[in-house]
Amino acid sequence: MAERDTIIDKMPNNKNSLSNGGHLEFEGKVADLDSQMNELRRLSSIKGIDYSAEIRRLQRQQVTELKRIYSNLTAWQTVQVARHPNRPLLSDYLDLMVKDFRELHGDRCFGDDRAIITGLGHIGRERVLIVGQDKGKSTKQKIACNFGCPNPEGYRKALAKMKFAEKFGIPIVTLIDTPGAYPGIGAEERGQAQAIAVNLNQMPRLRVPIICIVIGEGGSGGALGIGVGDRLAILEFAYYSVISPEGCAAILWRDGSQAPKAAEALKLTSKDLYKLGLVDAVISEPLGGAHRNLHDTVYNVEKYIVKTLRDLKRTKLDNLLDNRYKKLRLIGVSPAEKLRRKTLAGKERVKEALEAIPTKRKRVPAKV
Amino acid sequence: MPTTAKQPPAQVRGLNNNMGKEVKSKWNGFSLKPRKEMPEGLWVRCPGCEHMLYKSAVEKNLNVCPECNHHFRIEAATRIKYLADEDSFQEILGDLTTDDPLGFKFRDTTYKQRIKDDVKKSGVKEAMLIGKAFIKGRGIILAVMEPNFLMGSMGFVVGEKLCAAIDMAMAEKLPLVAVCCSGGARMHEGVVSLGQMAKTSAALAKFDEAGGLYICVLTDPTTGGVTASFATLGDCLIAEPGALIGFAGPRTIAETIKIELPEGFQTSEFMLEHGFLDMIVNRRDLRSEIARLIDYCQK
Ligand SMILES: [Zn+2]
Repeated sequence: MAERDTIIDKMPNNKNSLSNGGHLEFEGKVADLDSQMNELRRLSSIKGIDYSAEIRRLQRQQVTELKRIYSNLTAWQTVQVARHPNRPLLSDYLDLMVKDFRELHGDRCFGDDRAIITGLGHIGRERVLIVGQDKGKSTKQKIACNFGCPNPEGYRKALAKMKFAEKFGIPIVTLIDTPGAYPGIGAEERGQAQAIAVNLNQMPRLRVPIICIVIGEGGSGGALGIGVGDRLAILEFAYYSVISPEGCAAILWRDGSQAPKAAEALKLTSKDLYKLGLVDAVISEPLGGAHRNLHDTVYNVEKYIVKTLRDLKRTKLDNLLDNRYKKLRLIGVSPAEKLRRKTLAGKERVKEALEAIPTKRKRVPAKV
Repeated sequence: MPTTAKQPPAQVRGLNNNMGKEVKSKWNGFSLKPRKEMPEGLWVRCPGCEHMLYKSAVEKNLNVCPECNHHFRIEAATRIKYLADEDSFQEILGDLTTDDPLGFKFRDTTYKQRIKDDVKKSGVKEAMLIGKAFIKGRGIILAVMEPNFLMGSMGFVVGEKLCAAIDMAMAEKLPLVAVCCSGGARMHEGVVSLGQMAKTSAALAKFDEAGGLYICVLTDPTTGGVTASFATLGDCLIAEPGALIGFAGPRTIAETIKIELPEGFQTSEFMLEHGFLDMIVNRRDLRSEIARLIDYCQK
């Protein structure tokens, strides 16, 4: 597994937590306030002086500061938040949101990719199939699940379990969090591209509701490979992109260190994607990002899933698949063109209706 | 540009004196840049065998090296000329252009400017041409990618055109032939291009359900989002010899795993060996092979 060993120092999330207590570089003032508060708490415990009023004042200050920072995150800062080592991962969602989770292993062909976890469980009162990408928390876990970079068997496992769910009418929820599909020799030998392509080809046909949520990194084809469904939602500070900002910078700027500029240009934040009509919903994160409050984040995601599933289950299956297909076909179509097609479709309906009338009339002369 | 017309180099075909020496490896590294383009002038150096060849002789040979069977990259128009019956190709949606959904700017230039430049350079308006054509008298819908237009990358227009081609093939009950040649999804259009992978694959699912025949021809290079969507979803997958076919670019893989890639990695032959292709067909046989396949699949 030489491939896996060398990847460790390559991945951005190789530290368990940032050196300065989990603060990102643009959170300097927040970190200052934190250390001030810690100092006051230490003093009060040593000297027995009550600093609680002062601490409360600092806390209020910190809240204002966090609000200020997180309402104006740049694209590159968003990418850093999405990759934050303390950000909730698939395992947190499974622990906090899914009841009675039963993992289903293996693609029945080559192996069991730990970068994509599949299994049955309940969210709210709904039974669902969870398909999620896991990055792992400890170094050991990270290596086991290849830092969230799936191999072809992961995509094939996902499809196999999704077909199983389809057979028994179990809705599918996919949680996307990957830097990208793994670029390795073995992955190419086993057909990474073909595995993803088949998923893109099969997921539109699955006769169960599918909800896809980007919870962290939505890395290109690796994310899309489990990201085709009736709804695509994204967490507020997650990102979804056709290429990593570093990769884009290396190609178009010929300099990987221009990643912040590339991130800006790629329009990969939830806000931009929503504006462009490329995601259906943005799920809000707690103050200061998901990594500051796991429970609230998971709760928001759960709420979204429960509500959306209820909506989707009300739709007749044929209509559901029809809408899914139409939605896919409209990706990238400008709003004006969308409107034109809608009216065109309306006209076609009228035309069809008109055509239906003469056939009835034809029967009339037959009587005469 | 290794040579000019004035100085025919010593290593001309037939004149070369390195017959006894070890011939240089056909594997020319992992550059994602187009392998040496055809230089101007009368002579051209074959990237496969390093021989100097008469350009006209190569062109007469369908842009294939007569010495080592290296298949040169060819532009869409030439591809159509080689593949379709004479003057049978009728282009559809030739004027479709992108409206730059992201307003993409990079370095000191913009995506729109890049498009303008490449329109001038390649003479086509986008990286894919679609239309109706005949192959040995058999009607088909043909989609051909243009490698000289932003590396044949797939953005909105390519996705839209391919979907239109699929719709047309479905409506007219004709086989669909796609000649793929692409660097992948077009990053200048961000998630819009990524979405085209899902869009084309979904449209192909409909085509499949309708019982249509879809033949993919993979040529050098077919990588990234195109390989991971419509290029590998054909009922039949044909590749030209020696083409680079894969998901991640060889450079990306080499950088990630930090070991040298095996010789012949991600070539057509490699893909065939690993079970992802139906056949490898020489350029001169493509027409007859496709025609035969269409005949076999007649219902
Ligand atoms: Zn040659």
